[in-house]
Amino acid sequence: MKRVYVNEAWCLGCHLCEYNCAFANSGLSDMVLALKGRPIYPRIHVEGDEKITYAVSCRHCEDPVCVRSCIAGALTKEDGVIRIDKNKCVGCFTCILVCPYGALSPGETGVMQKCELCLENACGEPACVRGCPNRAIVYEEREEAV
Amino acid sequence: MKRYVIAGNGVAAAGCIEGIRSVDPAGEITVISEEKHAVYCRPLISYYLEGKTDPGRMAYRSADFYDRNNVRVLYGRKAVRLRPEARKIELDDGTCVPYTDLCLAAGSSPFVPPFAGLDTVKNRFSFMTLDDALSLEKAIGRTSRVLIAGAGLIGLKCAEGLAGRVAGITVFDLADRVLSSILDKECAAMMQKHLEQHGIRFYLCDSAERFTENTAYMKSGANIPFDVLVLAVGVRANTALFREAGGETDRGIPVDTSMRTALPAIYAAGDCAQGMDISTGQKRVLAILPNAYMQGHTAGVNMAGGSEVFDKAIPMNSIGFFGLHAMTAGSYEGDVYEEKTENSLKRLFTKDGLLKGFILIGCNERAGIYTSMIREKTPLASVDFDLMKKAASTAAFPAAVRRKMFGGVV
Repeated sequence: MKRVYVNEAWCLGCHLCEYNCAFANSGLSDMVLALKGRPIYPRIHVEGDEKITYAVSCRHCEDPVCVRSCIAGALTKEDGVIRIDKNKCVGCFTCILVCPYGALSPGETGVMQKCELCLENACGEPACVRGCPNRAIVYEEREEAV
Repeated sequence: MKRYVIAGNGVAAAGCIEGIRSVDPAGEITVISEEKHAVYCRPLISYYLEGKTDPGRMAYRSADFYDRNNVRVLYGRKAVRLRPEARKIELDDGTCVPYTDLCLAAGSSPFVPPFAGLDTVKNRFSFMTLDDALSLEKAIGRTSRVLIAGAGLIGLKCAEGLAGRVAGITVFDLADRVLSSILDKECAAMMQKHLEQHGIRFYLCDSAERFTENTAYMKSGANIPFDVLVLAVGVRANTALFREAGGETDRGIPVDTSMRTALPAIYAAGDCAQGMDISTGQKRVLAILPNAYMQGHTAGVNMAGGSEVFDKAIPMNSIGFFGLHAMTAGSYEGDVYEEKTENSLKRLFTKDGLLKGFILIGCNERAGIYTSMIREKTPLASVDFDLMKKAASTAAFPAAVRRKMFGGVV
C-alpha cells in the first residue's frame, strides 16, 4: 500500500509539512484563520540536528504496538491504515509510551492524534507530501514492509 | 475441526480470538464470560467516573466483534473445574465444555485484606470492573467522604475519577509512598504533592487496625470518618482452576514465550499469566493491558497451529493524574541519568550497555523510543546516547538504522 516516506538528503528542515498538516486537519478553508497566531498541532514533525533533518509521521506498522497497547480500543488498523477514534481516546498517553517512532502526540483537546494519510480530511492526499517544496516527502508504494 | 475455549472475556481473550482467527477462520470458539458485558476497556472505569467516557464508548471492540469472528459467548457463566486429561472444562451451571485447545484468560481478583470489622462497612467497594464502578457511582454524592485503601494505580485512578464528585477523598497505604510499584521515592513525592494540590489527602506508612461502619481506626492512632470505602490494596491472579487441575502455580500461571502452560493444550494469557519480564530476566505477572492483548494474541496464534512468540514483555505504565503524566518502563537498576525541573523529572537507568528502565514525569515526548530501546535491547553503543538521553529522538540512531526504520529511503 502507499505510504509516506521521507528522504533526509533532500529535506531542508523548513517545517512547511508541519504547517500544511495542521492546516489540512483544521477543518478550515483559510490557512491564515487556521494557523496565524495559534499553537499548531501537526501530526508530522521535523527531527534531526544541524546536519540532517527529516520529517517523521506514523509508519502504519505491520505489527502496530500502539494498536495492541491502546487501553481504550481507540486505535485500529483497517486496510493498512492506523486510525484513531478520538471519541474513544481518553488521553492516557499509552500510545506515546510505546510508539518506537514517536509518531503520536496529543492534539489541542488532549486526546491523541496521528497521521491518517489525510484520508479523513478534505485534502484527499497527504498534505505534507503535496506541500513539500523539495519533494523530500513522497507518497508511494514500496516493496519494503515497515 | 478445532474447538477453542477461552476462559475469560477481557482484553487477553479478545487478543486470543484475533490471534486464532489470523490462522484458523473455521474452528469453533467458545468464550466463558463471568461478566455479562462484551469485552470492554477495564482501565477506563476511572475515566467513566470522571465523565470522560461512557459504557458505550468503553467497548473494546465494535458491536459485531463476536459475530464477525464467529464466537459463541456464554455470558454469566463461570468455569469451576478443569479436567485436562479429558480436555473438558466444567461450568457453574453443570455443563461441560470440551476443547481441543484452551486459553485461561481469567484475569485477577481484588485482594481483600483481613481488616477487623470490615463486615460492618456497608458502603464498601472494589474498583476492578465496570459493575464495580457503576455500584460505586450509585453510592456517592456531593457530600460523600471517600476513603480509599491503597495508593497504587487502581486506588489513585479511582481517587482522580471521584475528585470532582465528592466532598473529600482520603487514601491510605502501608507503603511509604504513592504508586510504590512504579515510582521511586523522589518521583512518588512529586506525584503525591500534585495529588495533594488537587485535594487528595494521604496517610502513608499506615493501615487500618479496625473498621466500624463509618470510621477507620488507624494504626497511627488517627481516626478517619468516611461514608464510602474503596478497597484497592492489590489484586491476585486467578489461578485456582489451573492449580486444582494439578498445574503448578506461583504468583500466576507460569507460561513460556508461546504462552503454553505446563499442562497439555492449555495456554494462559493476561493478568492470570506469569511470563518473562525481559527487563529483569525474572518471571512475573505483568498485569497491564498491552501485555494482556499481546499474550492473548500469541496464545491464539499458537492454539490455532501457527507460530508466534511474545518475548518482549516489560513492565510499562502511562498514568496521568489531574494533567500530570507519569510514564515508567523496565527496571530501575544501574546508572542513572537525571534531569529535573520544578514540574518535571526524567530518570533513565542504564546497565550492561543497555537502557534498562525509565521514569518520566511531566516530560513524555516520544517516550516510545526509549521503551523500544528497552524492549529491543538496543546497545547504547549503537546510538548517540548523549543526544538520546536529552530528548528521545530517532536522530540518535545511525543513518543506516534510520533508513531501515523509515522505509529504505536513500
